[in-house]
Amino acid sequence: MILVVAKTLFILIVVTLLFAPLITWVERKQSAIMQDRIGANRADLAGMTFLGLLHPAADVIKLLSKEDLVPAGANRFLHALAPILSAVPALIAFAVIPYGATYRFGDTTFTLVAADIDWGVLYLLVIGSLATYGSVLAGWASRSNWSMLGAIRATAQMISYEVTMGLSIVGIFMVFGSLKLTDMAVAQDTTFRVFGFLDLFASLPAGAGWLNAIRLPNWGIFLQPLAFLLFLTCIMAENKRPPFDLPEADSELVAGYFTEYSGMRFGLFYMAEFIEVVVIAGAVAALFLGGWAVPYLSQETITAGVASLFGEGFANLVCMLIHVGCFFSKVVFLVWLQMLIRWSFPRFRYDQLMDLCWKVILPLSLLNIFLTAAGMLLAQQIAPGAAAS
Amino acid sequence: MLSEYLGVLLMLGIAVALTVGMLLVHVYLGPKRSFDKKLAPFECGEEPIVSPRQRHAVKFYLVAILFVVFDVEAVFFYPWGATFLETGLPGLTTIAIFSVPLVVGLVYEWSKGALEW
Amino acid sequence: MSFEMFLFYAFAFLAVFSAVAMIGFVRHIVAAAMSLVVTMVSLAGIYVLMHAELIAAIQILVYAGAIVVLFLFVIMLLDLRDGGLGPAARGQNLVKAVGVGGTVTIGTLVVASVSGVFSVNPLVESLPEGFGEHRALGIALFTDYALAVELVGLVLLASIVGAVILAKRKID
Repeated sequence: MILVVAKTLFILIVVTLLFAPLITWVERKQSAIMQDRIGANRADLAGMTFLGLLHPAADVIKLLSKEDLVPAGANRFLHALAPILSAVPALIAFAVIPYGATYRFGDTTFTLVAADIDWGVLYLLVIGSLATYGSVLAGWASRSNWSMLGAIRATAQMISYEVTMGLSIVGIFMVFGSLKLTDMAVAQDTTFRVFGFLDLFASLPAGAGWLNAIRLPNWGIFLQPLAFLLFLTCIMAENKRPPFDLPEADSELVAGYFTEYSGMRFGLFYMAEFIEVVVIAGAVAALFLGGWAVPYLSQETITAGVASLFGEGFANLVCMLIHVGCFFSKVVFLVWLQMLIRWSFPRFRYDQLMDLCWKVILPLSLLNIFLTAAGMLLAQQIAPGAAAS
Repeated sequence: MLSEYLGVLLMLGIAVALTVGMLLVHVYLGPKRSFDKKLAPFECGEEPIVSPRQRHAVKFYLVAILFVVFDVEAVFFYPWGATFLETGLPGLTTIAIFSVPLVVGLVYEWSKGALEW
Repeated sequence: MSFEMFLFYAFAFLAVFSAVAMIGFVRHIVAAAMSLVVTMVSLAGIYVLMHAELIAAIQILVYAGAIVVLFLFVIMLLDLRDGGLGPAARGQNLVKAVGVGGTVTIGTLVVASVSGVFSVNPLVESLPEGFGEHRALGIALFTDYALAVELVGLVLLASIVGAVILAKRKID
């Protein structure tokens, strides 16, 4: 009970109070560096700017002390509900993403995840499907033309990419045989032989034996590279950040579905967007980059290695710290990758966006599913029990 | 069994409290000096001449129908994918036959131009 | 009362209340659709309490996430001005809803008391291993009930064709 509360609070605090504000700063600094500007550096405490790190705090103070405006003719209840419906799904999505393995200290065993549910991946998709309502309601309740156009675009975009997002990771379910994110992370804590299919031939040509020694971590990105690309595209489109920011499209729609929002009401949309960046990073890390797994060093190896020197309890502690550190460094890397994409590419046109979803990603993800199935069946025929690729 | 969901419930409670709390603090802290022009919907300085509540393109309805259909399809894929190692070739055959009408449907929409924007 | 029973009653109350609100109280049609979403999500909560986890996920993915979005698009297509239904119409709706709902409830109660369902605890703990999980359901669906799955595929195709034919007239 206390453990669950501690695990939940830890991840919530790390994501909302540490990552989300830092990302707003990274966004400003990275765009500044990429555009050869200086970037955020004005907010100061007694003359010290701390590289602009005070800006997130200044943002919160500013947003909270703005006037609370509801446009005339808006539906007041729905107008207030929309930002909440945007922010809450983003906040609760991290519940199923494991940020560490299962550890044993004396009699207590625990897994570092807030809610270890069997349908973890589906939970993420469910949360994604409910997140649509925030933008629809914002657009409808504001009673402004810009908001309405933004809301319709947002809905069509989000539902389209939701389907392909689900279909693109079916290959991952097949490879790991599970919908549970903690199982997937454990399955990724090993390596596989890249040239395992050479077992097909009765004998390897002389001098090719070293091929058998080449191993890669058993990560989703190596087993399902196509799925990784498709899933990353879809989940970034779900978040509606550039180059997928059609619903907000500053140059055409003012600010899209949240045109009529100001102060903290707008702040909640803003917060949801940045928390979603962290959630995306966490989900992609857990599904494709091995979660907490350290490449080539499985949990047993680390624990056994340290335990032989310092005892088992300490070994588990060290292992836990390494895993949590490894998970969050992957998250940081993926956040950086998203920032890079966000500031590198121009916005899509709406027809390009829809074509990409229905005419490229959907057929490709179906193809990926059936190729994976064929590959896995073939692998089972050749070597029963061998890891498929 | 249900204790697994404790984390979700807890997180949901905190998330709702946090967001509602932030809105309430905002309402309490912010100044209140509103007048008619300020509350008017943003229209680039013009008076709004059309209501936002008007009919929208039938395209969006088509996308929604397609979405429902493929969402149902995807829902069948999830349990199949997770149990593929158990169901093997018979399961693959089932899902392949199941996908044929849907692929036909997609090709049909495509050829009819329902996917053109 | 255990915490699970409390959750069950909370979800049940939410589901019924928002369903009635959708028909009777809510003025804006979009608010009515949101009320329907609350009903769907509460039902999913009840499914989770009954250990039918995959059904719960599908309930939200398909009903709350897809069908209601379709409703919203239809609402936008229909050019509904503000105001929605007047109080008289809403009152009528409420009467109809209470009538239909009451009849169904009484009918269910009669059937349930005859069949002796009431003596069964709805939140049993002695379920078979893996009950309601995606694994058991997936294996059953794709081996024993394969034909039904294929038929679902055909029904979905029919709905695609129907939608294109109905909407094409407006596009051309």
